[in-house]
Amino acid sequence: MNDMTPEREERVAGLKGLGCSRKRVEDARFTQGKGNYVDDLKMPGMLHGDFVRSPYAHARVKSINTEAAMALDGVVAVLTAADLAPLGLHWMPTLAGDKQMVLADGKVLFQGQEVAYVIARDRYIAADAVELVEVEYEELPVLTDPFEALKSDVVLREDLDPAAPGAHGPRKHPNHIFTWEAGDREATEQVLAEADVVAEEMVYYHRTHPCPLETCGCVASMDKVNGKLTLWGTFQAPHAIRTVVSLISGIEEHNIRVISPDIGGGFGNKVGAYAGYVCSVVASIVTGQPVKWVEDRMENLMTTAFARDYWMKGKIAATKEGKITGLWCHTTADHGGFDACADPTKFPAGFMNICTGSYDIPTAYLAVDGVYTNKAPGGVAYRCSFRVTEAAYFIERMIEVLAIELNMDAAELRRINFIRKDQFPYQSALGWEYDSGDYHTAWDKALNAVGYDDLRKEQAERIEAFKRGETRKLLGIGLTHFTEIVGAGPVKNCDILGLGMFDSCEIRIHPTGSAIARLGTISQGQGHATTFAQILASEIGIPADSITVEEGDTDTAPYGLGTYGSRSTPVAGAATAMAGRKIRAKAQMIAAYLLEVHDDDVEFDVDRFVIKGAPERFKTMKEIAFAAYNQAIPGIEPGLEAVSYYDPPNMTYPFGAYICVMEIDVDTGEHQIRQFYALDDCGTRINPMIIEGQVHGGLTEALAIAMGQEIAYDEMGNCKTGTLMDFFLPTAWETPHYTTDHTVTPSPHHPIGAKGVGESPNVGGVPAFSNAVHDAFRAFGLRQSHMPHDHWRIWKIADDLGLHG
Amino acid sequence: MIPAAFDYYRPKDMGDVVALLQEHGDDARVMAGGHSLIPMMKLRMAEIAHLIDLQDVAGLGGISVESGQITLGAMVTQHEIIDSDALRAAAPILHEAALQIADPQVRYMGTVGGNVANGDPGNDMPGLMQCLDATFTLVGPDGKREVAARGFYHAAYMTDRDDSEVLTSVSFAAPKGGYAYEKQKRKIGDYATAAAAVQIEKSGGVCASASIAMTNLSDTPIWSETAGAALVGTKVDDAAIAAAIAAMQADIEPVEDNRGPAAFKRHAAATVLTRAIRRAWDRA
Ligand SMILES: Cc1cc2nc3c(=O)[nH]c(=O)nc-3n(C[C@H](O)[C@H](O)[C@H](O)COP(=O)(O)OP(=O)(O)OC[C@H]3O[C@@H](n4cnc5c(N)ncnc54)[C@H](O)[C@@H]3O)c2cc1C
Repeated sequence: MNDMTPEREERVAGLKGLGCSRKRVEDARFTQGKGNYVDDLKMPGMLHGDFVRSPYAHARVKSINTEAAMALDGVVAVLTAADLAPLGLHWMPTLAGDKQMVLADGKVLFQGQEVAYVIARDRYIAADAVELVEVEYEELPVLTDPFEALKSDVVLREDLDPAAPGAHGPRKHPNHIFTWEAGDREATEQVLAEADVVAEEMVYYHRTHPCPLETCGCVASMDKVNGKLTLWGTFQAPHAIRTVVSLISGIEEHNIRVISPDIGGGFGNKVGAYAGYVCSVVASIVTGQPVKWVEDRMENLMTTAFARDYWMKGKIAATKEGKITGLWCHTTADHGGFDACADPTKFPAGFMNICTGSYDIPTAYLAVDGVYTNKAPGGVAYRCSFRVTEAAYFIERMIEVLAIELNMDAAELRRINFIRKDQFPYQSALGWEYDSGDYHTAWDKALNAVGYDDLRKEQAERIEAFKRGETRKLLGIGLTHFTEIVGAGPVKNCDILGLGMFDSCEIRIHPTGSAIARLGTISQGQGHATTFAQILASEIGIPADSITVEEGDTDTAPYGLGTYGSRSTPVAGAATAMAGRKIRAKAQMIAAYLLEVHDDDVEFDVDRFVIKGAPERFKTMKEIAFAAYNQAIPGIEPGLEAVSYYDPPNMTYPFGAYICVMEIDVDTGEHQIRQFYALDDCGTRINPMIIEGQVHGGLTEALAIAMGQEIAYDEMGNCKTGTLMDFFLPTAWETPHYTTDHTVTPSPHHPIGAKGVGESPNVGGVPAFSNAVHDAFRAFGLRQSHMPHDHWRIWKIADDLGLHG
Repeated sequence: MIPAAFDYYRPKDMGDVVALLQEHGDDARVMAGGHSLIPMMKLRMAEIAHLIDLQDVAGLGGISVESGQITLGAMVTQHEIIDSDALRAAAPILHEAALQIADPQVRYMGTVGGNVANGDPGNDMPGLMQCLDATFTLVGPDGKREVAARGFYHAAYMTDRDDSEVLTSVSFAAPKGGYAYEKQKRKIGDYATAAAAVQIEKSGGVCASASIAMTNLSDTPIWSETAGAALVGTKVDDAAIAAAIAAMQADIEPVEDNRGPAAFKRHAAATVLTRAIRRAWDRA
């Protein structure tokens, strides 16, 4: 068919490779209700689990009486810590090197903690039996404030030796978990002491929750005949879960199969291991039947991993002209009753040390103290790469506070402090090497796009009109320039529970020239099946439509650490490209053989190898694939397969410039977003449409977090936001229009230059919304007011500033 | 979020409903749209052993607008209210208010009878019906009786309705003059932080009558007679509005919750009422 060569561009387009806004292949099944989620699994004889949970935030468990529950028809068993203890499963290790009760072992540390696990014939009987379990509690004093906890005589974790160091070094107090430091304390204190100007502020990033639409759950099925355990679940890291299950249970890893089917959103909530998984596995082993556990919305919000809850005390030093000379930060981190943060082992405060942000800050110091309180454990990266959201919010608030202190325009202050393009790769004062960036270009593009100077004029006029009593609405202009750190990560410094954070891809080309690729990651809505096929299409010249991408089954997929922290594209995407290159290398040899020339005399051209200088003589990848299987080629093994395990040399550093223009009603505290402009630079853009979708979704989460979403407790430790009536999840109604834009600064070390984008909008969006609120009140003297900026809190700002007359 | 076990009944006539209510007393509850009751059952805040579905009971539907009198069957949904042109023409405040209740999915199910009988201070229809001076018709073992909306609510979830009575319809005279239903809420599908229902009649450039009711600012809806009276005879200028607001403030008793502290709610109440009065006056 060599005479029918289509035009090169047409061939490129036909691949639907890099840069193509290819429609998501997943959507056909999702939009037609044909997804397959954990709760869709139905198996013969399947039993159902449900938890008895503590109504108290801190209490001793005096006794548990399961008699009445056991007497209910249809109840198979009720597990308590006493039943799990002989197996050593009443506690489990957390990802952060701590341990956590699977079922209450003598006491409870947060409201909703798992106390007993009921196994019944159906879900309804299980729920009724939960009510029949009688638990006698003795209430203990409750600590919900981390600062109080560090002073209190009340010891939360009586299981820990107060004198012994924790997983991350010495502990200062029985309720203290760790101190983690980065940077140069002495030098920073000296800079602060000698600076022209120092702005100081406490920045609180409140506790919130990832709240995926699908809650957490699993089905455990122990086949007693062949000794194999199959565990379906909502796991963002199925391979790591398999290893952890093996380590905890003693079942050999080859006898465990973990499957993550379709997942309805994760956002970090589905990274960790939960009591429900352990209890379901035990229940299946005990009963010999499959056991399903799926939490409800309240259980999800109240007990599975929360996010943020960082009290960040900051000091920022600058010259009179606004050049930043130093940054100091002390964070008090509220981790709840157990330290179940999902961070790489060496980073108990995640990548909080990216908190110098986009700025060339020569000297900096960060210390983080982790603290136990009577709140749910977690501290996961809610659509963020390990505390980057906290870091970005901190620095973007500190810049605004410094601008107030200097009486300077905040856009200009940013501009004069950005790391310059020629400074990359840039060594930050807190220990990172930023790979690439061009912040000034992005910033100017953003300011121009929104007409920044005109907006400031309009704002000044509005303030005058407000003072004259002509309007009750103020105008806020929220600026953010964020730098993310994603793609964990180099195995030399990133592991979770000792598991190195590489990722993987395995490719099989079928004889007729289509392919299947399997990865160690797992999509929860990111569209991996679409984008990874595009990376491969460009690498190996087989159309994306002819490539199946599969993830999530540990029996078939290569080992990998899963999907969170925007790591899929930087790590598994790189593995995909590298595996593709191995395929291409072998294809080159086959092509040369078929064309009867030397290997070096052929070159890759879109979907084929051509003879250099004679492009009319070629072999397509389709032809090569067929030959690979069906022609005896001397010196070359049959088949066309490759696998790559990719350990990235560095993180990637996506960045962006976001601007939010917001109207605020000072009487009702209501807001209206007039304009939101989001410029993202995620390096090479694989699928612009998917990027845009990710940005829209992440910005909407950011809107929620900044403007209303929180997990709040009263002083008794009761969670006040356990349902979607009180936990804000925006709908189309609350969601503004977003304008997206981009610049492209590829990562120099990533095989295709891609940096990852899924989390940028959450990281950059929160400070943009929050800064808009603050900016609206700047002229009236506001410096800092904690999120979420819901109606009453905005009203309170106005009230405190005397704007209600 | 799984309710306790219950027996389900689907009677066809009112006699059977009342008999079931009499037989099971407090253990029984009628269900209309279920959009307040079922969430409570799922949260196990209500354990109802006997659930009596009103769907098939004859004579509880229909909107009638006749010679200035409006009657809504208890099972008329919020969606039907929004959808009825006749009702919109005769009492446009209902249309405006119903559109601010919950979301379309809830409004397809939620009924006017359930909304007013529920007794939840967060419901919007009770205050609205007080503003309109509506009458509720109840049927029980002793037959039919009528109760004024303004006297129906005693405390949160405590109404004048006896356990064995069913609310069959809501009726009121077609309102005259300008109207407004103003509601502040945190998000779509939320109950009011503060809401105000206002009907005003204008005559010769001054206010001839005014009726004002507030929602979710006390443990019952608040019809503020004095707030309305403060407007009558005035040109509804700033001073009159300020007087009405002050009168309203004396009648409400907001408490702190996730929507904010009481002081904020008072401010929000003043803001929504001011806006509602202005809009109603413009329309009068
Ligand atoms: C997400 C969500 C948001 C909502 N937001 C709002 C809102 O903003 N404003 C608002 O007003 N409402 C709101 N609601 C409530 C909704 O309007 C309900 O539908 C309404 O309150 C009750 O009507 P129902 O027909 O569903 O009654 P049901 O739930 O069936 O019954 C409610 C109660 O009234 C009793 N009852 C029902 N009908 C009768 C009758 N005919 N006679 C005697 N007793 C009866 C029942 O026994 C029960 O105790 C919301 C509901 C949801 C789920």
